[in-house]
Amino acid sequence: MMYETMEMRQVFANELDKAMAKNKRICLIDADLCKANGRASLDAKYPKRAFNVGVAEANMISIAAGMSSYGMIPFVATFTPFATRRVCDQIAISCLYAQQNVKIIGSDPGLTAEYNGGTHMSVEDIGVIRSIPNIVIFEPVDNTQLVKAFPQILKYVGTMYIRMFRKVPTPVFKDNYHFDMFSADIIETGKDVTIIASGIMVSAALEASKILKKANINAEIINAHTIKPIDINTILASVQKTKAVVTCENHNIIGGLYSAVAEALSANDPFPMEAIGIKDRFGQVGKLNFLLPEYEMTPEDIVKAVIKVLDRKR
Amino acid sequence: MNFKEKAKAIRRSTIETIGSLGVGHIGGSLSIVDVLVVLYYKHMNIDPANPKMPGRDRLIISKGHSGPALYAVLADKGYFDKSWLLTLNRPHTSLPSHCDMNLTPGVDMTTGSLGQGFSCAVGVAKASKIVKDHAIIYTIIGDGESQEGQIWEAGMFAGNAKLNNLIAFTDNNHAQIDGFTADINCVDPLSKKWKAFGWNVIEISDGNDPDQIDTAIIKAKTSRSKPTMIILNTIKGKGVSFIEKAGYANHNMPLSQDQVAMALKELE
Ligand SMILES: Cc1ncc(C[n+]2csc(CCOP(=O)(O)OP(=O)(O)O)c2C)c(N)n1
Ligand SMILES: [Mg+2]
Repeated sequence: MMYETMEMRQVFANELDKAMAKNKRICLIDADLCKANGRASLDAKYPKRAFNVGVAEANMISIAAGMSSYGMIPFVATFTPFATRRVCDQIAISCLYAQQNVKIIGSDPGLTAEYNGGTHMSVEDIGVIRSIPNIVIFEPVDNTQLVKAFPQILKYVGTMYIRMFRKVPTPVFKDNYHFDMFSADIIETGKDVTIIASGIMVSAALEASKILKKANINAEIINAHTIKPIDINTILASVQKTKAVVTCENHNIIGGLYSAVAEALSANDPFPMEAIGIKDRFGQVGKLNFLLPEYEMTPEDIVKAVIKVLDRKR
Repeated sequence: MNFKEKAKAIRRSTIETIGSLGVGHIGGSLSIVDVLVVLYYKHMNIDPANPKMPGRDRLIISKGHSGPALYAVLADKGYFDKSWLLTLNRPHTSLPSHCDMNLTPGVDMTTGSLGQGFSCAVGVAKASKIVKDHAIIYTIIGDGESQEGQIWEAGMFAGNAKLNNLIAFTDNNHAQIDGFTADINCVDPLSKKWKAFGWNVIEISDGNDPDQIDTAIIKAKTSRSKPTMIILNTIKGKGVSFIEKAGYANHNMPLSQDQVAMALKELE
């Protein structure tokens, strides 16, 4: 399969299509954004199990929970802000507290909402739902990882939030890559600093690593694709070796990956940390080539953060 | 005021604005141009030189993605220089896709997350009643947006609170992103629903006809105890045939320079 040129939304729709063909309990609920996400064909193909509730996200989440209580496996989908902060109570109560099995798909996380601007840029989606007990938060990096994750998404019984880039992601993983939903990936090994990245920031971290190598700094690059529960074992082992951490996320540094890693490390063995991400600001309109420098989230910014954390190394 | 000529000029300017970027929420912008023209060039008590004038009438576009149409009007009224229009969605712009009260002079509420602007308008109308400044609060919601529960929460409250200073419009253009509203999750019968929620309802057969809109607003201002919902049966993408023909696909559509030229010609 040639994933290099495919948009992640299409890869997702294809995987869901295959799964729905096999398992008649899998349903898809949209809230007026299925066209935007390449799922319209599923509505036509599975007219009973794939349907649109219109612009009504809170309703969508609780309908899904009701269907789950009846033994169905509902996927719900909209843009990340409307899949999380808009429906926080419905996720907390109808889904998690009621122990239901709902797969929440959010697309266009953080800055990737681009021209839709501040109202559509979820800088806080992980933060607001991460504190809901038992929720699983997964952010696929590329199409290969998403495809490998799909069977595990289906197998997992419980509510999961999948924070998904919509367009063509930079390929990071090879075909022979082994994926485990609850284990972080060590993409590059190194001894000087651990860079933990998620989503679109993984390829930025790999770029930063190339620059650092020229300065004789060897970074260990970890992909924390699952932000909750965070894989503390993999992270701790790496950090105890390198003794310095930089996290990179397309999210507010409050409440997201930086917070999750800091919480886990401070409960075990804390080391100096620096954060790359949205520094407690709202989003704004623009393309990524303007927004990433604007929010200091480029590979060069990661390099600066590494130099800073190395300085703080004990 | 020749509303029809003004509406044409605003449509041209809206096309130029979105055309400068090459993509945008064209359908839902063009469908509300006529109501904007009637409000801003006749009814609203406002002062472009003093955008924050206390006691002014306000307009909250709850379907916040229609910003470009409002920006064309605000520029024409002199709230800011027309050159700003070409900065739509550019780095550090004052004119983002979705309406932002902190970036754009003359914008009365930040919207874009559907459903919320309408509740905000109810709050503004309530506040105006408390301070007794006799302002009229106008707001525009979408038919797709009317699927949000929050619309009906706000509607129920406004009816019970007898907010007769609130004049709302539904841009009933029969389309949303994924299709025609009737096929996605039908909102009809809108008139009966709003009546049942305690509103004075005026339905206009051609919601792109400024004269019908004008008459409806004059009548709405006489409401003694109820908020008014004016249902505008509009055409999404109104005024440019190839955009109208695109149907619901014109929600957020790319515009080539050739298409811009074609649209401007039709709007001459
Ligand atoms: C809460 C929320 N959910 C989803 C969206 C994405 N969205 C933007 S416009 C739109 C369709 C709106 O349809 P309608 O209200 O009929 O607008 P119009 O036809 O006037 O453009 C949707 C779903 C949003 N902006 N806010
Ligand atoms: Mg509509």
